[in-house]
Amino acid sequence: MNIHFSEQELAFRDEVRAFLAAELPADIAAKVRLGKKLTKQDHQRWQAILHRRGWYAANWPVEHGGTGWSVVEKHLFEEECAAAGAPRLISFGVNMVAPVIIKFGTPEQKAHYLPRILDGSDWWCQGYSEPGAGSDLAAVKTRAVREGDHYIVNGQKTWTTLGQHANWIFCLVRTDPEAKPQAGISFLLIDMESPGISVRPIITLDGAHEVNEVFFDNVRVPVANLVGEENDGWTCAKYLLTHERTGQAGIGISKAALAHLKEVARQEVIDGRPALEDPLLRQRIAEVEMRLMAVEMSTLRILARAQAGGVPGAESSILKITGSEIRQAISDLARRVLGPHALPFLAEEMQLEHDSEPLHADYSVAPAAQYLNLRKLSIYGGSNEIQKNILAKAQLGL
Amino acid sequence: MDFSFSDEQQMLQDMLARLVREHYGFEQRDQVQRSAPGFSETFQAQLAELGVLAVPIDEAYGGMSGSGVENLVVMQELGRGLCLEPYLESQILGGGLVQALGSEAQREALLPALAAGELRLAVASEEPRTHYRPEWTETRAERVADGWRLSGRKSVVIGGQAAHKVLVLARTAGEPGECDGLSLFLVDPAAEGVQRRAYPTMAGPWACDLTLEGVMLADDALLGAAGSAFEALDHQLGRAMAAQCAEAVGSMQQACELTLDYLKTRQQFGKPIGRFQVLQHRMVDMTTELELATSMTILAACVADAPASLERSRQLIAAQHVVKRAAQFIAEEAIQLHGGIGMTWEYSLAHHARHLVMLGHRFGDDDRHLKAYADLLEAS
Repeated sequence: MNIHFSEQELAFRDEVRAFLAAELPADIAAKVRLGKKLTKQDHQRWQAILHRRGWYAANWPVEHGGTGWSVVEKHLFEEECAAAGAPRLISFGVNMVAPVIIKFGTPEQKAHYLPRILDGSDWWCQGYSEPGAGSDLAAVKTRAVREGDHYIVNGQKTWTTLGQHANWIFCLVRTDPEAKPQAGISFLLIDMESPGISVRPIITLDGAHEVNEVFFDNVRVPVANLVGEENDGWTCAKYLLTHERTGQAGIGISKAALAHLKEVARQEVIDGRPALEDPLLRQRIAEVEMRLMAVEMSTLRILARAQAGGVPGAESSILKITGSEIRQAISDLARRVLGPHALPFLAEEMQLEHDSEPLHADYSVAPAAQYLNLRKLSIYGGSNEIQKNILAKAQLGL
Repeated sequence: MDFSFSDEQQMLQDMLARLVREHYGFEQRDQVQRSAPGFSETFQAQLAELGVLAVPIDEAYGGMSGSGVENLVVMQELGRGLCLEPYLESQILGGGLVQALGSEAQREALLPALAAGELRLAVASEEPRTHYRPEWTETRAERVADGWRLSGRKSVVIGGQAAHKVLVLARTAGEPGECDGLSLFLVDPAAEGVQRRAYPTMAGPWACDLTLEGVMLADDALLGAAGSAFEALDHQLGRAMAAQCAEAVGSMQQACELTLDYLKTRQQFGKPIGRFQVLQHRMVDMTTELELATSMTILAACVADAPASLERSRQLIAAQHVVKRAAQFIAEEAIQLHGGIGMTWEYSLAHHARHLVMLGHRFGDDDRHLKAYADLLEAS
């Protein structure tokens, strides 16, 4: 029994720390810490910095430009990035479609798409959910009909995160409407500039434009853009979902958010004293900090098992559930600690690195919006209730 | 990082699991629990014979110098069996205090006998007005010509009903609320002036209250220097709390297994009740809490023996908080998912539920530890 990282792992952590201290742009880190919106350019700038260091595609095999890091090293990297205030990577390209292309793609697809993901030429978005297919993903109806060397795609995708920035979308489309729901689905890569595609913003309750609807009207997609076999897209979809779930505990992000919350609570005043001295607030922070400690230890146990060659199974669902609940709980406290100062709703200030004229404090602009935005954590990536269904079946045999 | 047991630890676990299975059936436990001394002397003798009692005792005194991880292995199995022997109080806490505070002569006199099962200890740290905080001790020991005179009351001394010696916390200086001025004395419960009232507890094991009226103690009854027991006591209570977490995890595992079996077999509305999603999700919530509690118990076991530090205190407090909250949650959910049958004396689940809820009343419940953690928050 040994709960400590090895010397080698600690040396790796120091290397990551030094890199972040030297390379992470301060303006981006400030936005992340204050919970403000990052622009497309912010994301691209950070990706380019990581790419130069060879650290952008942490999860890829070395031969495709990945790092070859162990699961523990990946964990340490993510944790250090979060602590330093680095933006979370937009995963749709590098950590979602890329693993599918690496696993199921043709040599031509690998040679074409992977380098373009690495160097930032392409921005990918995800075409999974539809108005009638949310948790029940196999109910997708977007239709792809083969016509010579092309598929003709018609239908609608929704909740397409940052689709407004994307030039490519990977889609689950129905190629066989007669087969059982899971059997008639294919995994298709579609150029967003194709004629017949239109993108419409969905404004969420925090006032943000983060997600979109994407409409397909007789869109012609080359058959060469099919990944895996026709009608076997569900295999790709499931593979991708397991990638999506790992790392969703967001331990590093929660630790950074908690540290920021304490910092704000030292500056805010309740009953004439720093808010951090308020007994009830202290207890609520203590509660979430202790639970975070427990989820972190559980993460380390799962990592150690994976490091020893075990396959991460349903237990990653436990991390998704508990990790998302903790992030939501912290965002709740971050809003409460501001008292009345959480009320002003200044959509334009949320984009800025520095407030033009802060009403209360730079840290008071975003928490209410962020609290509302983070309701998504327990909904996306397989809602927490779906995770419980997975656990009931796979882990408990119910 | 490596979260697996060593071969030796695995062997210890297998051996104990077998022993508990063979000798600790529901009927036997029920019989044992009904009358004094409230534990099985036969089982205790087997623990001695197989060397289990020696595990936490220092090698130099006939023990095996087991660490927090060995304590975890032992306590988890004893928890699964809801064993009633005073292992935690006598071997881990009592032995630990003698090791930490005792003189060479005191260690020589006590520890080999403890390791061999010839001596049982208990620790009297609670009083009518302490509420888990030893610094509020009111019992006093006055210096007299050739020793000490002890007066006061001690409450709920777990295992005290059958202990050969009780380690009594008393104030030799200072006022209630102060950490300084506390001393530990070895008291023979048969000594003049000691009244012992024994009773079973709702958690399972037996305990006693002690009334101390001018009990005369020799000089060598004092462990360590007068007035300076607090630090060592606090450290040893940390080890005991880590061990208690493991006991709770063993019991929680059993409660979860029983509940899952029940969901798979109990039929209502023409199918096993485990087919109903509302019950599935509640069962998932139970196993999730068990998973987190297990993680914190491992953390606690790994830091239990480390020197005192703020970080160690925070980790042990957090472990107690997470585990005790999980314990009560699992106890209540397990009863609810069983329905009426979960409330019957003749089904072992009910006894796990009692144990899981009531263990919060030794070393403090989740709220007490929440408050303690909140007090240490700023340092983090």
